[in-house]
Amino acid sequence: MKPFTYSRAASVEDAVAAASSGGRFIAGGTNLLDLMKLQIETPSHLIDVNHLELDRIERTPEGGLRIGAMVRNTALAAHPDVRRDYAVLSRALLAGASGQLRNKATTAGNLLQRTRCPYFYDTRMPCNKRKPGSGCGALKGGSRSLAIVGTSDACIAQHPSDMAVAMRVLDAAVDTVAADGTRRSIPIADFHLLPGDTPHIENQLKPGELITSVTLPNPLGGTHVYRKVRDRSSYAFALVSVAAVFDGQGGSRFAFGGIAPKPWRVAAADAAAAAGAGAVAQAALADARPTAQNAFKQQLVASTLTSLFRQKEARP
Amino acid sequence: MAPDHVTRRAVLQGGGAAMALPGVAGAETGAMLSPESNRGRDMSTVEFTVNGDRVQLQLDPRTTLLDALREHLQLTGTKKGCDHGQCGACTVLVEGQRINSCLTLAVMHEGDSVTTIEGLGTPKNLHPMQRAFVTHDGYQCGYCTPGQICSAVAVLGEIEAGIPSHATEDLEHVVLSDAELRERMSGNICRCAAYPNIIAAIREVAAGDEA
Amino acid sequence: MKFDTPATTNPIDRGRVVGVAHDRIDGPAKVTGTAPYAYERHDAAPQAAYGWIVGSAIAKGKIDAMDLRAAQSAPGVLAIVTHQTAGPLGKGARNTAHLLGGPIIEHYDQAVALVIADSFENARDAARLLRIDYSPEKGRYDLAAERGHATVPKEGFGGPADTAAGNFEAGFAKAAVKVDQSYTTPDQSHAMMEPHATTAAWDGDSLTLWTSNQMVAWAVEDMAATLKIPKDKIRIVTPYIGGGFGGKLFLRADALLAALGARAAGRPVKVALARPQIPNNTTHRAATIQRIRIGADRDGIIGAIGHEVWSGDLPGGGPEVAAQQTRLLYRGTDRLTAHRLAELDLPEANAMRAPGEAVGLLALEIAMDELAEATGVDPVELRIRNDVQYDPEAGPQRPFSSRKFVECLRQGAERFGWERRVPQPGQVRDGRWLVGMGMAAAFRNNLVAKSGARVGIDGRGHVVVETDMTDIGTGSYTILAQTAAEMLGVPIEAVTVRLGDSLFPKSAGSGGQFGANSATAGLYAACVALREKLAAKAGFPANQTVFEDGLVRLGNQSQPIGALAGEEGMWAEDRIEFGKLTQDYAQATFGAHFCEVGVDVDTAEVRVRRMGGAFAAGRILNPKSARSQVIGAMTMGVGAALMEELHVDKRFGFFVNHDMAEYLVPVHADIPEQDVLFLDELDDKSSPMKAKGVGELGICGAGAAVANAIYNATGIRLRDYPLTIDKLLAQREGSALA
Repeated sequence: MKPFTYSRAASVEDAVAAASSGGRFIAGGTNLLDLMKLQIETPSHLIDVNHLELDRIERTPEGGLRIGAMVRNTALAAHPDVRRDYAVLSRALLAGASGQLRNKATTAGNLLQRTRCPYFYDTRMPCNKRKPGSGCGALKGGSRSLAIVGTSDACIAQHPSDMAVAMRVLDAAVDTVAADGTRRSIPIADFHLLPGDTPHIENQLKPGELITSVTLPNPLGGTHVYRKVRDRSSYAFALVSVAAVFDGQGGSRFAFGGIAPKPWRVAAADAAAAAGAGAVAQAALADARPTAQNAFKQQLVASTLTSLFRQKEARP
Repeated sequence: MAPDHVTRRAVLQGGGAAMALPGVAGAETGAMLSPESNRGRDMSTVEFTVNGDRVQLQLDPRTTLLDALREHLQLTGTKKGCDHGQCGACTVLVEGQRINSCLTLAVMHEGDSVTTIEGLGTPKNLHPMQRAFVTHDGYQCGYCTPGQICSAVAVLGEIEAGIPSHATEDLEHVVLSDAELRERMSGNICRCAAYPNIIAAIREVAAGDEA
Repeated sequence: MKFDTPATTNPIDRGRVVGVAHDRIDGPAKVTGTAPYAYERHDAAPQAAYGWIVGSAIAKGKIDAMDLRAAQSAPGVLAIVTHQTAGPLGKGARNTAHLLGGPIIEHYDQAVALVIADSFENARDAARLLRIDYSPEKGRYDLAAERGHATVPKEGFGGPADTAAGNFEAGFAKAAVKVDQSYTTPDQSHAMMEPHATTAAWDGDSLTLWTSNQMVAWAVEDMAATLKIPKDKIRIVTPYIGGGFGGKLFLRADALLAALGARAAGRPVKVALARPQIPNNTTHRAATIQRIRIGADRDGIIGAIGHEVWSGDLPGGGPEVAAQQTRLLYRGTDRLTAHRLAELDLPEANAMRAPGEAVGLLALEIAMDELAEATGVDPVELRIRNDVQYDPEAGPQRPFSSRKFVECLRQGAERFGWERRVPQPGQVRDGRWLVGMGMAAAFRNNLVAKSGARVGIDGRGHVVVETDMTDIGTGSYTILAQTAAEMLGVPIEAVTVRLGDSLFPKSAGSGGQFGANSATAGLYAACVALREKLAAKAGFPANQTVFEDGLVRLGNQSQPIGALAGEEGMWAEDRIEFGKLTQDYAQATFGAHFCEVGVDVDTAEVRVRRMGGAFAAGRILNPKSARSQVIGAMTMGVGAALMEELHVDKRFGFFVNHDMAEYLVPVHADIPEQDVLFLDELDDKSSPMKAKGVGELGICGAGAAVANAIYNATGIRLRDYPLTIDKLLAQREGSALA
C-alpha cells in the first residue's frame, strides 16, 4: 500500500472538490483496500465519502427507488421495499460475499468492484487491465473462472458483482456528480465498458466524478429469481449467475454474471424466453469466445436458465 | 495477556475520556526507530472506543483497523488469516455490526465503538458464546475462533433483526435454522473444520437467549 | 522406556480420565483470544521490527542483479536481507529447495529478500521497491508431460518405491472381472488459517524463535544446519499453532528470514507470509496420476491388485506415496505397487494431511466402487469379502496388531442407513436434487515415533508436564493432561501442560497422526518413573502402589501425593522408544465413510447432505477432540472431492489461484451434520496407551465416498479430482442429469 493522505469529506461538494485535485473516493473499502495492499491500486490521496449522508433509500416521485451510494449491501438487501418490490436485488446481494463484507460494501462500491482475474491480482504477471500493454496472462493461462462473452484479445476478465447483475435486469440508473457540479444519470447498460483495447477503462466515470445514488425504475412486479452457481455453497464468486424477472404478462428479462466483463444483458435473450432456456442462452451467448478452460460456462448458462425456469414454475 | 495491556486499561479507566496515549503508538513502536525513519511525517490521529475504553492513536493512514488492534493496541485476539477479506479471522464488531477489520482503515473509524474478542469475555468470565464454543469443541487450532465467535454473536442479532440471508426461503420471514446459521457463518473459514460444532454452539446460545 | 512387548494392564486402563470426553484445557485461552500465536509475542519480544518477504517473480532461472537502493532509502527501512547479504547458508535436511533463493531460483515465489522496517506498512511498501533482474529458464511444470521421464524414487518414509507379491500380471490377466482405470488428483494447499509466522530475537549468539511449527526438534536441527550454528544456540517456542496439516512440519522461509532479519537489524524481527504467498512459497501436496488394476472373481474376491502412482517434485524431492494403503488394505495373492517420481520445477511438494493415503484412497476407493458395480456386489459387502487379517504382501506371519475394518463397515452402514441406498444410479430424486449414497474405506498407517516428556509434582499435588510436543488443534494439551491425571491419580484440573518449547524433552511432534499416541506414551513413561520415585519415597513397592484420589496408597496405608513430593517437589523424565512390534505386526487404523449427496439435476452443483463414519483407532484418548479431528478431516476430504485444486500455469510455472478467494476450501454452508462412531478397541501392540492416531484417518477415503455418492446420484463416474461442475456437465449425456 503506497503512502497516501487521507481526508474525510463533509459534503458531496467537498468530496468532488477534493477529488478534482487528484484523489480517490473510499467508501466501504472492501475492494479498494484489498487492491491497494497489492499495489494494484495506488492512490496518493483518499477521500472518505462515508459521511455524506448518501445512505438513504427513498421512493422517487415516479414510484421508483433511489438508493444512496453509501447504502450498505446488508441494508439494501434487507430494506422492506427492496424485499417486496425488487426481490431479485435482495437475492443477488445476499448471494454475494459474506455477512461481514456486505455490512461494509456499498452500493456504489459494488458497481465499481474490479475483476477477480488471478493475473490481474498477481502483479508479476502480464495484465493489460492492470498494466496496459503488458499482455493478457489469462487468455492462454488459468481462465476457468473468466469471461466468455464481451471479451477482447486484450482481456477476458469477468465482472465479479452479483448486485450489478440485478441492477442490470432492473434497468437501474447510476446518478453521479462531477467535479464541476454537473449531475448526470447513466443507464447501467452504458455504465460499464467492454474491454476492447482499453481494458483498464472499466466504466463511464470521469476523474473525480462521484456516484451519489442508484435509481431503480418503478417496480416490475412478477416473479424475481436470482440463481448463482459457484464451486462451493457460499462465499465464492459466481461461475455463472442469472438474474431474471418474469413480469407475469409473458415478458421476461435476464441478466448474467460471471461470464462477461460487465453485467451481461442481451435484448434478444429477453425476447427468446418463450422459446425456453436453451434459446435464451443461445441469444445471450451469441458472440461468445470462450477458452478451452471456460467453455463449460456456455452449457452452464443454459443449465442455470433451465434450473431457473423450473424454480419460477415451482412458484405461484 | 501482557501486563502492559492491563496497565493501559487501568489507566484508561481511571483517566476519563479522550486522553492522549503517548504510550500506545509513539513510545511502544516509536522508541526504537532508526534515525532515518520518517515515521510521524504523515501520521493521522484517530480516536475510537475499543471494548469500552476510549483510545487515541497516532497512526500511519495505511494502518488497517486490524493492525491498529493487533500491533498498536496489542489486542492480538483478532487474527490475521488472509488480510484480504477472504477468511473472516479478523471479524470484529463495529457499532454492533460485524466487519472484516483487515479491509478497513483505522482512520476511518473516528468516534466508532469497536468490540473485539477481548471485549466479549475473559478466560475467567466467558461470554455465553465463548463458553458454548468450549462446551461444543467449536474450534481446534483456535486461530479462526475469535472471528467465528464475534461473527456468531452478530449473526444472532442479525436474525433477531429480521435481516434475510441467501438461505432465507421467504424474504419477509427470517427464522433461525441450521441452514441459516451455516449460510451466515460462511464468511468465517475454519480449515480445521469444526463447522458442525460451531453451529451446535450457536444453536445452544440462541436457545438460551430465547429461554 | 522401551516398548517392545505388547502392553499389559496398566493404570491407563482404569479409564477414569483417559478415554473420557473432556473440554480442551486450552479452550478458554483460545475462545478469548488470549492464546499467543507466533506473530503476537509483544510480551516476549517487544518492539519487534517488521519483515516482509519478497518472492521470486520467476519459477526457474537466476537473478542477474538486485538493486536495493530505492528500498533502502524508503521510509523506516532498517535492513534488507538477500542471498548476497545473508552470509553462507546451509540447507536443512528436510528442505528440498532453499528457503532463501538467489542467485539460483528454484520455484516461483521462492523468498529472495526480506525487507525490514519499523512498521508493517513501511516494510510492505519498501518491499515493492526492490528491482530484481532475472534470467528465466525453461522449466518443467506439467506432470502428465513429464510422466515418461519419471524415475524410481529412493526409499522414504513410505517404505520402498515398489512392492510385489505373487505374479500380478498373470493374476490380473486371468481374472474373471477386471477394473483397469486411471485417476488423477491435483496439487492441493494446506491453507491453514494462521499464515507461517515467526518472531526472532538474538541474544549474543543465541537465537530464540517464537514460531508456528509442528516439529520442534526438526526446526532446531534444520535451523542449525541452515545458519551453520550449534543446535544449543537455538530455542524454538511454539505453544500455539494456527493449523498445520503438514504445512508446518518443516522449517520455512518465515523462520529463516526472521532470524537473518533480526541479525541484520540488530533487534527482534517478526515475519509472516502474506496469504497470497503461501501456496507458491511453501509446500503443497503433489498432484498424482494413478493407475489401478483390480482382478477379481465373479463374487468380487480380489485375486490381483495393482496400484501405480506418478507424482512430481523439485529435484531431490520425494514422491506422493499414494499406493501405501493398497499394500495392506485388501486381500489378493498377486500384488504390485509402484511409485514413480518426475522432476518438476513447481514449488516444493511435501506432506499434507495423510500423505499417501489421502489421495491414494481417492483413487482406490473409486476403483472398488467400480468393482462393486462390475460384480454386482454391494460396496460394503465387497470390502468385507476382501478383508484380510494379515499383511497381504508378507503373509499370515505378519498379522495386524488389531483390525476392526469389518466392524467399521457393518456398524457404519447400519448407523447411516446404507440399506436404503438404491444400487442403480440416478434413481432417487428430491425436488431439483438427484440424490445418491456412496461409501469408502478409511485406512491410515499407524506410525509411532520416540517421544520424551518430563513430569513434576509440587507439595500441593499440582502436576506440571513439559514436552516439546505441539498442539496444532489436535488436542495435545488435553490428552497429555488426561494422561498425567490418570497415571498420578489427580484430577485433570491439577495438571498444567507446557508444550512447544525446545527447552523441554524432545517429543514425536505433530505429524503422520503419530503425535497423540506417541507423545502420551512418552508421558506415560515419565509418569511411571515419577510413580517409582514417589513409591520409593513412601517406602512402598512400586508395582503394588495405587495412585488415586490424590493419594499414594498401599493396601490401607496412604499418603497425599503432594506431601510425598514435598516442598521441593519431585520431577521425573523419560521417553518411549518403540521396538520391533511395528515390524512384527502390521499396524494401521481403519474406518468406513458414508456420504449422501444431492446433485442439481440441471446445474450439477453438488451438495453433501449427510456424512457418517465408523472408525477403529485403538483407545480414543479424548472422544470429544478426536471426533473433532475426524469431522475436520472428513471436511478436508469433501474439499478434495469437490473444490480443492491449485491450478498450474504451465507456461510460467506457478499456482495461479494463490489466495483464499481463488483456492476454495469448504465453508460452513458446505458441511451438514457429520456422524462419527468410534469402535471400542485397545491395541496393545501400539503403545502402553493402546491408542493409535486418528487425526488423519478421517480424510482417508472421505472424498471417495463423496465421489461414489455422486456416481450413485447421477451415473457419472469422474476419475479426475476435484469433481467440479464443468466435469459433470461434460458427461451429462446418458446420465441422470437433465
